[in-house]
Amino acid sequence: MLLSIDWILFLEKLILIAIVIFASLGIALYTTFAERKVAAALQDRPGPNRAGPFGLFQPFADGLKLIMKEEIIPNTSNKILFILGPFLAMTAALMTSAVIPWSSDVHLFGRVIPLQIADVNIGILYIFAVVSLGVYGIMIGGWASNNKFSLMAALRGASQAISYELAMGLSLIALLMTTGTLQLGEIVKQQMAPGHWWNIVYQPLGFLIFLICAFAECNRTPFDLAEAENELNFGYHQEYSSMKLGFYLFSEYVNMFISSVVMATLYFGGYDVPFLNESLLSPNVAAIVGIIALLIKVVIFIFFFMWVRWTIPRFRYDQLMNLGWKSLVPLALFNMIITGLFILWFGK
Amino acid sequence: MQALTNRAQAVNRAPMTFWERIYLVNIFKGMLITFSHIFKKKPTIQYPEQKRPFSPVFRGLHVLNRDEQGRERCTACGLCAVACPAEAITMEAAERLPGEENLYREEKYAARYEINMLRCIFCGLCEEACPKDAIYLSETFAPANFNRSTFIYSKKDLLIPNPVTEPEAYAKAKGLN
Repeated sequence: MLLSIDWILFLEKLILIAIVIFASLGIALYTTFAERKVAAALQDRPGPNRAGPFGLFQPFADGLKLIMKEEIIPNTSNKILFILGPFLAMTAALMTSAVIPWSSDVHLFGRVIPLQIADVNIGILYIFAVVSLGVYGIMIGGWASNNKFSLMAALRGASQAISYELAMGLSLIALLMTTGTLQLGEIVKQQMAPGHWWNIVYQPLGFLIFLICAFAECNRTPFDLAEAENELNFGYHQEYSSMKLGFYLFSEYVNMFISSVVMATLYFGGYDVPFLNESLLSPNVAAIVGIIALLIKVVIFIFFFMWVRWTIPRFRYDQLMNLGWKSLVPLALFNMIITGLFILWFGK
Repeated sequence: MQALTNRAQAVNRAPMTFWERIYLVNIFKGMLITFSHIFKKKPTIQYPEQKRPFSPVFRGLHVLNRDEQGRERCTACGLCAVACPAEAITMEAAERLPGEENLYREEKYAARYEINMLRCIFCGLCEEACPKDAIYLSETFAPANFNRSTFIYSKKDLLIPNPVTEPEAYAKAKGLN
């Protein structure tokens, strides 16, 4: 009886994992295209429009170009770590999606299939653990290249990620005080409950801090210190070529997608459609509506990420550290205290 | 100190206010500006399909002209070569033989006429020097190439199509249609 595994459950999860991974990769692929289009629109240009209708095949052309390039591993590099770097960056970026609730349960073949790979009760902690693993991709890649610019960038990237993780964690603690659970599925269900608004209403300051930290964690402008083109040539992936470089660039977009999903889930009701009581719909319809709602929120967030990137210049390194330690951390602590007082006085 | 103009403005060195210091308001303003650019008209010219029109005084590739009967106007007098500051023009003269009156306008013509487009600075002095109205600068420019020797344009590259025998090509070269 010990070995009686529910094989159908196993298969179900395996299919879900495959779908989630390929969907994240596909979305990241088109995010690169969207980035170029958004950048162009914000700068009065038409953007890539030659490959296929409206330039829709551009990401494939870009990918093909990267694959066809010669793979160069520098002589003086540490070969194992050099190969491990992009691999880690990509893995860490994809692993986060395991605990995201994509939508409500689907009823198929007489089974209730939750659209979440693992509804673990430490969901948020898991996300944190994996996100901080992402730093290793940068660190190892930068160090193994044996190049001073790469090393500088890796150092910057690592210290930046560590400083902003702190503020991010503190802003999340305030959120957890209001929700009382670490389980992502449960957090979404709370926000869907009638008479309960999205968490952004209860935690506006917390969301702002989380958003800023998410930018820093994804290494996006204005916090793209780790790949500051004009000071560090190209940052930690300077020595990389071909698809290893592609992996690094790509993992940035996967990271952006995942952090958009996390923000939508934690603060914007996940797959909740505002002013719609999902329990009135049939479960399968509700699931489809839910996943569309989640994706719309994610697209808005990704657009926001790009919009900020093409508006704000990069921070200087000392400004970055000042903002992190002297502003965001105290602000997050303050937010935590305020939340605590509210809960204490109003019993929430 | 006496100001030179009345347009000078003192730099505001007041310490930043609270709203300036939290920076978010200004970020928001900046983002509104970039967002408004989405709706602006894009000045892009889709190059191979659309082309930017040249001004009528544009000085592009040279053309050796013919008269209405399709005869070459050039008499190989060499004034263009003398006028050329870049020394890009070379020519060799030849005498017109009996029976070639339909080919060349005068008794002397250019047997060889070469312009090195890598030397040429497209100043248009050859056009001004020519007494026979035989050379003028068109509204095209020399296409890029891999080989230096391809930039030495010989007479067959430079001569305009014959208006009598190939009127369509001639009209196209003149930009009439």
